[in-house]
Amino acid sequence: MRLINHIPARPGAIILAALPFVLIFVAYSVASDFRLTANPQDKLLPAPSTIAETAERLFTTPDKRSKEILLWNDTLASLARLSGGVAISAALSLVLGLAIGLLPYARSLFSGFIAVLSMVPPLALLPILFIVFGLGEVSKVVLIVIGITPFMTRDLAQRVMEIPKEQIVKAQTLGASSWVIAQRVALPQVLPRLISNVRLSLGSAWLFLIAAEAVASDVGLGYRIFLVRRYLAMDVILTYVIWITLLAFVIDWLLKSLSRRAFPWMEAGL
Amino acid sequence: MSFVSVTNVWQRYGNRSILERVNTTVAEGEFISIVGASGCGKSTFLRMLLAEERPYKGAISIDGGETAVEPNRERGVVFQKYSVFPHLTVRENLIAAESFEKPFGRLRGAARKAAESRADATLERIGLNHVSGQYPASLSGGMQQRLAIGQAMTAKPRILLLDEPFGALDPGTRLQMHDFLLELRDETNMTVFMVTHDLDEAFKLGDRVLVFDKPRWDPDDPGLHGATITYDFDARNKGMPFQDILDQYPSLARD
Ligand SMILES: Nc1ncnc2c1ncn2[C@@H]1O[C@H](COP(=O)(O)OP(=O)(O)OP(=O)(O)O)[C@@H](O)[C@H]1O
Ligand SMILES: [Mg+2]
Repeated sequence: MRLINHIPARPGAIILAALPFVLIFVAYSVASDFRLTANPQDKLLPAPSTIAETAERLFTTPDKRSKEILLWNDTLASLARLSGGVAISAALSLVLGLAIGLLPYARSLFSGFIAVLSMVPPLALLPILFIVFGLGEVSKVVLIVIGITPFMTRDLAQRVMEIPKEQIVKAQTLGASSWVIAQRVALPQVLPRLISNVRLSLGSAWLFLIAAEAVASDVGLGYRIFLVRRYLAMDVILTYVIWITLLAFVIDWLLKSLSRRAFPWMEAGL
Repeated sequence: MSFVSVTNVWQRYGNRSILERVNTTVAEGEFISIVGASGCGKSTFLRMLLAEERPYKGAISIDGGETAVEPNRERGVVFQKYSVFPHLTVRENLIAAESFEKPFGRLRGAARKAAESRADATLERIGLNHVSGQYPASLSGGMQQRLAIGQAMTAKPRILLLDEPFGALDPGTRLQMHDFLLELRDETNMTVFMVTHDLDEAFKLGDRVLVFDKPRWDPDDPGLHGATITYDFDARNKGMPFQDILDQYPSLARD
């Protein structure tokens, strides 16, 4: 039989899915053990048990000076920036995407501009943002917005243009104005796409967030990672990395279930 | 007398002529079938009747009006596919035919209730009441087209345009759709233009059958001349036009 026709059965599939994680964990443990037997003071690869202890301390023990648990503060600050930036981008890209997709004048005006804008490397703009908006929250949110809006806008505009012409004509024969077509025909059909765009853009959004926090901040997940890097606190860094990954995973999963719940017509044909 | 009049209509894309000198008049309540070779411009003609595009030259008027510049509620349409809204349920698709002309595309309160009960009556009429809460993608092709026709009729257009409405259906479903369309037509006396590739269908449903073809042909430049109406058959009496012809020209009966 051809390789493309070999399909793993249920238990096998689960084991296969778990395999890379297990391998990484085993490889890490072995390597860490190796280094720690050679030099118990080694900080580069802390033992998994050390990481677990550190994680427990980070999640539960308040800071001596501020009496607050820093990890939760960092998480809240980062999530606020991330969701602010992503929400603004989603709203902007939705409005622009509908306008570009439906209105020929808006298409002429914006589509070239946005194509060029999406070529600008956002991180190169970071210094400018710090100069213009200061080192506070605004510059971090703006970086996320600049970083992900052009892509989301282009994709949504494309989706709007892919709505069959027949539907747009049909709506007109029912007397719909441009506004009604945008809001009752195009918008509901691109909302699922908006959610999948947000899911796709979250990776970049995290990247921009952590970069901005690393450069200038006094709280935030990215800030903390880059702060403790000076003390080579690998156990803290790894805890934060795993925590960020977990957050990203949960957000993605929530968006996916939201999309499935909110748009039953998408699956009607399947 | 003439309800729709098409006067010396031309259409061209770039320097390709598609239609030229198209002239016809249609009385209110007539059912016009349109046939012709693939690519000869039947859909183009329908798009101009729909005002989705404007003629290069000439005028199309409904009830003495001006040539329209964009589609409006005077003209209903059913395409071969994509004629209903996939994100609305069957019932919502019918209500949309009443609510889309409102400023926000929605009806509220008593108006909404009234539209809902009219939609339910229509669903009963078109035999879709058992699937009123489903989305179009879960319906069969025939049901989708019945919904599309019901939706177009709900808006009470002055003319109904059908572009190969049954082109994607199997022969059995097609026959059912013919009965359905004929019944609806008897009830409403709607003026209908229908493009089809099926000659039997054209003669069975139509009062008249218009044939589009190129009267002139330039072998060096096929795009030079456009198509026009080359035949205009009377198709009443179950598509047996010769009976009328014999009435009009008894001399033809003698050999
Ligand atoms: N927007 C357009 N721009 C340029 N050419 C077009 C456009 N629309 C249609 N055409 C051309 O005009 C010609 C007539 O097209 P039309 O769709 O009206 O044919 P048709 O008779 O409906 O064919 P079919 O039976 O295959 O549906 C075709 O050659 C087509 O390629
Ligand atoms: Mg066609």
